[in-house]
Amino acid sequence: MATVTVNGQEIELGDDERLNGIQAAARAGVEIPHYCWHAGMSVVASCRMCLVEAGRKTAEGDVQMVPKLVPACQTPATDGTVFVTNSEKVVQARAMVEEDLLIRHPIDCPICDKAGECHLQDYHFEHGRDQRRADIKPFTSRRRELGDTVTLFVDRCVMCTRCVRFTREISGTKELFVVNRGAHEEIDVFPGFPLDNKMSGNVVDLCPVGALGDRDFLYQQRVWFMKSHDNVCAGCSTGCSIKVEENQDRVYRVKPRENPHINQWWMCDEGRYGLSHIHDPRRCLQPQRGDGSEYANVEWTELPAELEGKLRDAGRIGVVLSPHLTVEEAYLLATYIRKCDPDALLAVGPIPAQGEDEAFPNGFTIRAEKCPNRAGVEAIVSQLGGQLVAWDDFLTRLDGGEFAVAWVTGGYKTEWIDEPTAARFTNVKTLIVQDLFGSPLWERATYRLPGASFAEREGSYVNVEGRLQSFRWAVRPPSGVMVEGQLYWRLLERQGLFKARAVLDEVAREIAHFSPAATEIPEHGVDLKSNQLAGV
Amino acid sequence: MSEFEPILLANVNAENSHTRSVYESTGGYAALRQVLGQMSKTDLIELVKASGLRGRGGAGFPTGLKWTFLPKDHPGPIYFCLNADESEPGTFNNRILMEEDPHQVIEGLILSCFATNTTTAYFYMRYEYPLAWERVQAAVDECYAAGYLGKNILGSGYDLDIFLHRGAAAYICGEETGLIESLEGKRAWPRIKPPFPAVEGVFHKPTVVNNVETVACVRHIAERGAEWFRSMGVPPDPENPRDPGSFGPKLYCLSGHVEKPGCYEAPLGITVNELIERFGGGVWKGRKAKAAIPGGISMGLLTADEFDCPLDFAGPGRYKCLGLGTAAVVVMDETVSMVDFLLNSSQFFAHESCGQCTPCREGTSWALKMMQRIKAGRGRLIDLDLLLEIGDNIGIIPGTTICGLADGAAWPLKNGIRKFRDEFEDYIRRTNPEGYAETDPVPALEVIGAH
Repeated sequence: MATVTVNGQEIELGDDERLNGIQAAARAGVEIPHYCWHAGMSVVASCRMCLVEAGRKTAEGDVQMVPKLVPACQTPATDGTVFVTNSEKVVQARAMVEEDLLIRHPIDCPICDKAGECHLQDYHFEHGRDQRRADIKPFTSRRRELGDTVTLFVDRCVMCTRCVRFTREISGTKELFVVNRGAHEEIDVFPGFPLDNKMSGNVVDLCPVGALGDRDFLYQQRVWFMKSHDNVCAGCSTGCSIKVEENQDRVYRVKPRENPHINQWWMCDEGRYGLSHIHDPRRCLQPQRGDGSEYANVEWTELPAELEGKLRDAGRIGVVLSPHLTVEEAYLLATYIRKCDPDALLAVGPIPAQGEDEAFPNGFTIRAEKCPNRAGVEAIVSQLGGQLVAWDDFLTRLDGGEFAVAWVTGGYKTEWIDEPTAARFTNVKTLIVQDLFGSPLWERATYRLPGASFAEREGSYVNVEGRLQSFRWAVRPPSGVMVEGQLYWRLLERQGLFKARAVLDEVAREIAHFSPAATEIPEHGVDLKSNQLAGV
Repeated sequence: MSEFEPILLANVNAENSHTRSVYESTGGYAALRQVLGQMSKTDLIELVKASGLRGRGGAGFPTGLKWTFLPKDHPGPIYFCLNADESEPGTFNNRILMEEDPHQVIEGLILSCFATNTTTAYFYMRYEYPLAWERVQAAVDECYAAGYLGKNILGSGYDLDIFLHRGAAAYICGEETGLIESLEGKRAWPRIKPPFPAVEGVFHKPTVVNNVETVACVRHIAERGAEWFRSMGVPPDPENPRDPGSFGPKLYCLSGHVEKPGCYEAPLGITVNELIERFGGGVWKGRKAKAAIPGGISMGLLTADEFDCPLDFAGPGRYKCLGLGTAAVVVMDETVSMVDFLLNSSQFFAHESCGQCTPCREGTSWALKMMQRIKAGRGRLIDLDLLLEIGDNIGIIPGTTICGLADGAAWPLKNGIRKFRDEFEDYIRRTNPEGYAETDPVPALEVIGAH
């Protein structure tokens, strides 16, 4: 046990913890401003914003201070370390660094995307001088593209080199580097070798100022208008923790959310920029009833009774649970269908796959499996249905004419079923399809039910490593869409609005596999394998 | 003090002094044979420690002590870097050694490598020394041919390879960890310490970095012993327990406004006055001196009244300068404007700042902008306070930067303005009679082009 003193307050650190001054101070509730330091990358100690006074408490209780300032990021917090972060010397040093950084900064905050979430801005208000003393006219604001995803606003840069280190240490692609020397330094790429890697968008999050702009997000929305919602990326089975940022139900960007068990601080560009389907004008927005050629609109309010009539005593039901459904949704639909037909067959929808798993030097992996909840849905299917029926097995049984009714859930971002496969559904009497976009199957459906995108869902996903993460919806679905969970909730005649947490409690109670989810789900999720370990 | 016979410069005036045959005719490589035959590595380290030799590159760190920081019985390689990136303005002592007596340097280098148990040495030479490059390369080739380098040197079983590496002309490459980064093929951004190079240096291996003149001294210590070396120079200051003394001969580079500028050798502790009078032939053109840089521009400034300053490792510090540095004395006569001096010095450091640490990158460039404005006749008295504020707050001494370049940039500012404040104030009042007293911030915001 190590005891560290921060501004006179003693805190205890665990034996195996290796923290620096910034991290130790944060434990004591003291924020040490910093630019270049990032927990996920090497320490360079070059911005000098985190300068503090440090010293050591001897066994006798005397404190011996180092006579000069030291960067907190580079100073390990070990037993007896003393940090002073509020002395006059420290205050002066911070003011100096802020003044230095603003000497050539264009101060174009009114047209800068970072304004409102900019460290330079925040630290200036907190630690800077109230008057500019430098006589240097800022440069004009130069701009150049670093690649397809990122734009560099050259003069806003504070040379923290986080982006350079990211491409060297995390993505391993090394596109970015520093050119020139001294006050003429700039971040740049070699001609013909742009910033082009599958994690490139992270450099924008890393940039503490507005130097790196996300071309997808640039000038779309001021950050203070947006609300941030914790969510989980549905792009692949890694299930990165993310934040969905929206204003008035329009999603403008997603950012990674720190999760040491899954994605650390990062996410891939595919997940970051794979948002266009949420607000795609081609989305299905009208529930309909028809026979494959003629369709009539139906009201969501009439549907529960109507479906009940169609499904009960209609013969065998086959239900396909998409790996895009949440655990709760899959459970509710399975429960409902088995109420209508205790013999119903539960199957897992097609698992979209693309390429190979791609691992980066630090362990971050983009999975080939492009759906968020295969593990969760498969667990529901095999536990409730008694066997794991995959999509191909389901189709074989379908060809055998086993089903009178088929309920198929989609929710895929891209085309997922072709005409010949859809044609195999001709032998069912009633075909219910829930999906984001039209498809050959949609064309044949008896009931066409528009479904939700990931940002509209609420519930839990289980990622490829068996970690369950819960999240709430970030935006409301467009008019005409009922989120799957809400529809199933109504079909089961439950009261009020769909409550994912209540459903998860049921799941955890009824299915041993999910029992670790019975507790409050922490923001980093819960490892479902933990119950198996406990049972050993 | 009896008449001092040059030691390091003993042979530089001989014809073909850079060749092995001339070097050997004056006793060259005898020390090497002696040591490889009879001495153990630890004995040699102890000998260098006992001699009190301190690094000649500028910081004056005790050389023997530095060598003992290397890990004992290290299983992997240890590297030796010879710092020949001599870029301090006014300094050219390494150049003379490398151009005129490269074998002396190489013999010292082989001995130093032997002591530190290294089998690979990198000779990092600044780009701007083409003749030194040719001569050192030729000397290395001669040594391989003569069996002083390569495998099993002189039958002792000791192996050593020396690789010459040419820098790309940047001041920061003379900083030991900047040199290491540059040698590894990276941008010469000095590393944060710890780990120190002795623990983790080039290619993540323990590394020694020593100056050219330092290893040349090792050669003479090996030959003549520690006592002989300690017979020259200045003993430790009894008042200062941290002063290990300044022993041995030193090459002083005398330049600027003297009759006979050049590189002169004297025991450590010669005063500026003695150096100018005995070696430099006095201030030129019969003028009076106004100031002098004691040891390279980054050490600060001495006024003419302070020329009794002894040039040993502790001397200039007592005259409010940084230290001895590279012992490069630049004399300025009474016609020199201190505004010009400081502008020139600011220009140098703003140009050479590597740009890694904010206070140095922005401080040096801001100081330059201010000096340019003062020079152009738009100075304000308040600028002097701002310049002093920059000078007092950048560097490793206040703790605001990684390496000492900023300290070097700060010292001319601090000394220049504190020791010659009247001159700066007169200049500002005279050239900017309208605005010298202005204290309002200089308007900085201009309409900037929208994207």
